[in-house]
Amino acid sequence: MAGEPETSMDTADKFAHIPGWGSDLPRENRPAVPMERTPPRLDVPWSDPPPQQPMTVEVLRSVERPEHSRTFGTRLPPKGLSGAMRRAAFRHSENDLRHWLTLVAADRVDVAEGVCQDLKRSPVKLAAVGVGIAALVWWLARD
Amino acid sequence: MLATTYRRPRRMRIEHVAEPEIEHPNDAIVRVTRSCICGSDIHIYNGLVPDTRVGSIIGHEFCGVVEEVGPSVQHLKVGDRVLVPFNIFCGSCYFCQKELYGNCHNVNSQASAMGGFYGYTHTAGGYDGGQAEYVRVPFADVGPTIIPDDIHIEDAVLLTDAFPTGYQAAEMGSIREGDTVVVFGAGPVGLFAAKSAWFFGAGRVIVVDCEDYRLEFAKKFAHAETVNFREVDDVAIHLKKITEWMGADVCIDAVGCDATGSAFHSFTGKIAMIQAGSPIALHWAINSVRKGGRISIVGVYGPTFNMIPIGNAVNKGLTLRMNQASVKRHLPRLIEHIRAGHISPREVITHRIPLEEVADAYDIFVNKRDNCIKPVLIPPSARDAA
Repeated sequence: MAGEPETSMDTADKFAHIPGWGSDLPRENRPAVPMERTPPRLDVPWSDPPPQQPMTVEVLRSVERPEHSRTFGTRLPPKGLSGAMRRAAFRHSENDLRHWLTLVAADRVDVAEGVCQDLKRSPVKLAAVGVGIAALVWWLARD
Repeated sequence: MLATTYRRPRRMRIEHVAEPEIEHPNDAIVRVTRSCICGSDIHIYNGLVPDTRVGSIIGHEFCGVVEEVGPSVQHLKVGDRVLVPFNIFCGSCYFCQKELYGNCHNVNSQASAMGGFYGYTHTAGGYDGGQAEYVRVPFADVGPTIIPDDIHIEDAVLLTDAFPTGYQAAEMGSIREGDTVVVFGAGPVGLFAAKSAWFFGAGRVIVVDCEDYRLEFAKKFAHAETVNFREVDDVAIHLKKITEWMGADVCIDAVGCDATGSAFHSFTGKIAMIQAGSPIALHWAINSVRKGGRISIVGVYGPTFNMIPIGNAVNKGLTLRMNQASVKRHLPRLIEHIRAGHISPREVITHRIPLEEVADAYDIFVNKRDNCIKPVLIPPSARDAA
């Protein structure tokens, strides 16, 4: 461990029952000091910007950025009505409340789309929903 | 492969999805051996994070074994055991050059304020998460860290987020010898923050929560005094009373937007979503710290806005510091702490659950059943190897 705690013996004795007490009192032991540490201690095998990931699906981009990031996730590109709402949301900046509120609304629409997809995949659930709707229609239409 | 996917608020599901592929020359594919559910996953679970798409693979705390590497990867090879910091970062951008790895500017097209995180919605880049059997790991030459042979795998998985975040919370408090430190939240991050506060020379550490079993654990694990906020009339007054009416030198918010303790904030933040989650822990922190004190925020909040007493912060002359943990930066020092016997992170793990039972794991963790503090998920292949 680099450096010894800069503390009085009395204080150190008082906290002797606490493992590691005061071990990071010296600032040189604190890995986050200074907050912005330059140059970094990391061995990075490229200079900025790093290589670009090929764009294989639609990835939305914040209007607060001039270009796409060098990497991104690709599993769930926007689709359906929720996707259209997400595209609309990304016409506004992160500084604009409409951006976030539209995304939250799109999330709820996406949930409904997900339920429909689940039903399509499961004939049993779909039949159960069909029976339920039929029963509801019958109940509402009865004299 | 099996993966934990988001279906709707309060519904996660284990399902079979396509395995990840190398998509960038510096990608690696990691076979997961341990992953955790984090307190911040609860925000996704509750539907509080915008742009959470149905089918998203969740989880940002994981470690595993390298299965495949892209053509440009130099520092990793197949078979390496790695822990993967929850931040995805390039190592070369303006922010990474300042070791602000949680703020990398090259990894998230979809937001400029937020870096890239595994399994944390498209607002954090849309990357697949680690509560799965395999994960694509971008910038494999800079992110993953090889797990030293003498570090237990369960300590390793807690080094990907929870321990570094708690440690950074304490560090951002600029703790001086003898300081009184109040930590709001006795979840894993709060416990690690309380434990770490002693490393920086704190004189008192007080943990505030409403779950007695967690407070009991905080006494033993973190040598902390405890306050159950449901047992006091007013948290700020109580904390001032026990600090000679001055207030704490440092307050740490280790709760974030799912906080309980205020009906008003719970309704407006978590039900009506008029604000970005319930900020009651931060509210208490600002009102409980002494004048000229420091507030450290690692609790996660949404991207819109929250109602907090910023006027009090101004009038008290507070210093507020906050960030996502720059995990990679802390790792060498935290591994030293583990080796020196100062801390055994895995003591916070209370549940070891098969990945296939992830829906139950969320139920146990979110609803704090069975005295749960930290659940770890174990994929089938890791169980077979054990």
